[in-house]
Amino acid sequence: MTYDLKLRIWRGDAKGGALQDFTVPVDDGEVVLDAVHHVQALRAGDLSVRWNCKAGKCGSCSAEINGRPRLMCMSRLSDFPKDEPITITPMRTFPVIKDLVTDVSFNYVKAAEVLAFTPTAEQPKAPFRMAQVDVERSQEFRKCIECFLCQDVCHVVRDHEENKQAYAGPRFFLRYAELDMHPNDALDRKKLAQEERGLGLCNITKCCTEVCPEHIKITDNAIIPMKERVVDVKYDPIRFLRRKPKAKV
Amino acid sequence: MATEVETHAYDVIVIGAGGAGLRAAIAAHDAGAKTAVICKSLLGKAHTVMAEGGIAAAMGNLWPEDNWKVHFRDTMRGGKLLNHWRMAELHAKEAPERVWELEQWGALFDRTPEGLISQRDFGGHRYARLAHVGDRTGLEMIRTLQQRAVALGIDVFMECTVTALLKDGDRMAGAFGYWRETGRFVCFESPAVVLATGGIGKSWKVTSNSWEYTGDGHALAMKAGAGLVNMEFVQFHPTGMVWPPSVRGILVTESVRGDGGVLKNSDGERFMFNYIPEFFKAETADTIEEADRWYTDKKNNRRPPELLPRDEVARAINSEIKAGRGSPHGGVFLDIASRRSAEYIQKRLPSMYHQFKELAQVDITKDAMEIGPTCHYVMGGVEVDPDSGESKVTGLYAAGEVAGGMHGANRLGGNSLGDLLVFGKRAGEYAARYAANLAGSGPVVHADDLEAAATEALAPFSTEGGENPYSVHQELQTVMQNLVGIIRNEEELNTAIKEIDSLRRRIDHLSVEGHRQYNPGWNLAIDLKNMLLVSEAVAKAALERKESRGGHTRDDYPMTDYSYWGKRNLICELAENGEVRTREQPLPEPPPELAELLEEH
Repeated sequence: MTYDLKLRIWRGDAKGGALQDFTVPVDDGEVVLDAVHHVQALRAGDLSVRWNCKAGKCGSCSAEINGRPRLMCMSRLSDFPKDEPITITPMRTFPVIKDLVTDVSFNYVKAAEVLAFTPTAEQPKAPFRMAQVDVERSQEFRKCIECFLCQDVCHVVRDHEENKQAYAGPRFFLRYAELDMHPNDALDRKKLAQEERGLGLCNITKCCTEVCPEHIKITDNAIIPMKERVVDVKYDPIRFLRRKPKAKV
Repeated sequence: MATEVETHAYDVIVIGAGGAGLRAAIAAHDAGAKTAVICKSLLGKAHTVMAEGGIAAAMGNLWPEDNWKVHFRDTMRGGKLLNHWRMAELHAKEAPERVWELEQWGALFDRTPEGLISQRDFGGHRYARLAHVGDRTGLEMIRTLQQRAVALGIDVFMECTVTALLKDGDRMAGAFGYWRETGRFVCFESPAVVLATGGIGKSWKVTSNSWEYTGDGHALAMKAGAGLVNMEFVQFHPTGMVWPPSVRGILVTESVRGDGGVLKNSDGERFMFNYIPEFFKAETADTIEEADRWYTDKKNNRRPPELLPRDEVARAINSEIKAGRGSPHGGVFLDIASRRSAEYIQKRLPSMYHQFKELAQVDITKDAMEIGPTCHYVMGGVEVDPDSGESKVTGLYAAGEVAGGMHGANRLGGNSLGDLLVFGKRAGEYAARYAANLAGSGPVVHADDLEAAATEALAPFSTEGGENPYSVHQELQTVMQNLVGIIRNEEELNTAIKEIDSLRRRIDHLSVEGHRQYNPGWNLAIDLKNMLLVSEAVAKAALERKESRGGHTRDDYPMTDYSYWGKRNLICELAENGEVRTREQPLPEPPPELAELLEEH
């Protein structure tokens, strides 16, 4: 069924901007990204928005819908009241480029800081022998589509620009955990994450887990185990000795 | 020139950052070339991310009987023998190494009980052959390559669109484009250019492809003087979502069928048994019992007809819908719920479960999915030398979907990801080697070429009161969907060619609002030119090939013609007047020892 939907979309650039009202015809089965595309085609051809797959697989169309960080392609219009406007604003943690597009280069800087996967001396060359049960934990983290909603919602950087330098953020704690739990990785990622990438700044409010469109348990399965392991390594000498030997970083 | 252009110099530039582009860049970098990747979106968002099922590679982890020869045979037969035999051979031989390489760089594939890379069944493959990670193999692949490229420190120009290739005489000299963020122009001076721009599906209405798939590389290559081969062959994937309208066309992985899902019509009949073609009769089960036994005993049973190559399945679904036996929203039913446990489905197909649950409110562990064909892949592309990936133009290479020849008339599922890796690596290496050998005699970029490219790109801003690019795009999609779809005929193709011609006149008068900074309307106006040129090539090649084969079905020529068209390729080139012209070219014949393999069953 077709109806007229009211949208309030933030428009502007680094110098400033404001919410602009649009009304477009939409269909029941559509998602917020469809409505934005209707605005582009019918009302404002130069409205800036990122998108690619439109199926929740690429993580491009992140924005804040009625204040909540979400993927526009996975937000069904039927989940919103028909008679109220839907407000769409760009992710707040990153600098605006134009309209709904933000400068997410912060994340690419943090990605470049990650030390690459380094195979152990026992199995230096693929094909590796690894059991399914041992790869599963890291596989959960590799589901990440890099939508950066977790980075956007994380209050350590959302409200504290000054922390950005020293803080990799949930997406990259996921990456450190993934490598740390990789059955054939030789490096110690825990110390690195804690001492140089700001893992200690996270106070596990689980906001990242709540907004993850892939439903990855970022806090419970990645961040908390990493924090616990840091503590184990730091303060438990017996356990320290029992741990599997790992090459020096 | 009048406007100043930001300029960068490289040995090799790669256009596109999907699987082929990243693999090419890594190879060029490893060969010592100063390399850059240029991509329209952010790094890690390319279409490869949408690939679900897996990477076909005859590693033999589950079936020791599997080897490159069987894979070669399957690929050629799936392509209805129109593949370039040498590409199919290289692909089958080198794919396993390329998969292990990903594991070496950190990819975590699903495992066999012995701890090796697990392999799954797919249409047209005799053995379970696809290395996979649930149903998100493309994501794993792109992330692994992306992380490798970042670790190597390869320069990436994100959200940067190339609008023209630059030449010096007959050789490549670089590329010209604009930054999406600012709209400012940028010039890349580079003797070697690797096209890895993917496909053309955004010219159809029902498509699994994203906004990036506008045939940029196909069009750039033609304009630079290269030829396109196999352009009449467009793959309509049999299973795209059909409901709700917003998701129409979104891919439903073939793994659903590989893992036991079956197709049913509104009578509840497994209709694929009625559509087994003569060509595949000897290797396809003709009873439900045999088909069901095959999943666990491949030696004594033949493959279920649901796992015929994609062209066969798409045509069958199309016929069922036309015969009035479709589902409520104009598709057919894909049922795995009644055949596998909920736990198995969630484990093997997590992303499909998620996609249907969240976008269609369907629980695929309980109910059947409604699916129908969706434009998915173009077999055709730049005609390249199989070993090096070089086109007819010196210094211009192509790899992945933008290159043609590997898949012939129809691509088997899983062969795309293998193709990206095998030929991405080759193109990157050969491009680096070519650039290194130039030593001091490299090409130069000419200022007037930059000026011309800039003027062309800015044209939509100088037209007032012209047409809206979004409306023209929608009209093109309607033309291609209705007239150059799964089933074609002479009359409709002629109409399509006329319509495309009139749309082409209209895009000379597009208007866009706003300024150059991150302006999707302007960006689309530029991409539209590529879409129209490539659509013209598809329609003209489709009109010329008077037979039905693979991804090209003519209801006025329903038979496959082995004696004439089975021995010919159609090459699309740009004529002086700016129109696409086709010409016939003999198909390269495989040497006897490979030809023999094709006869085996």
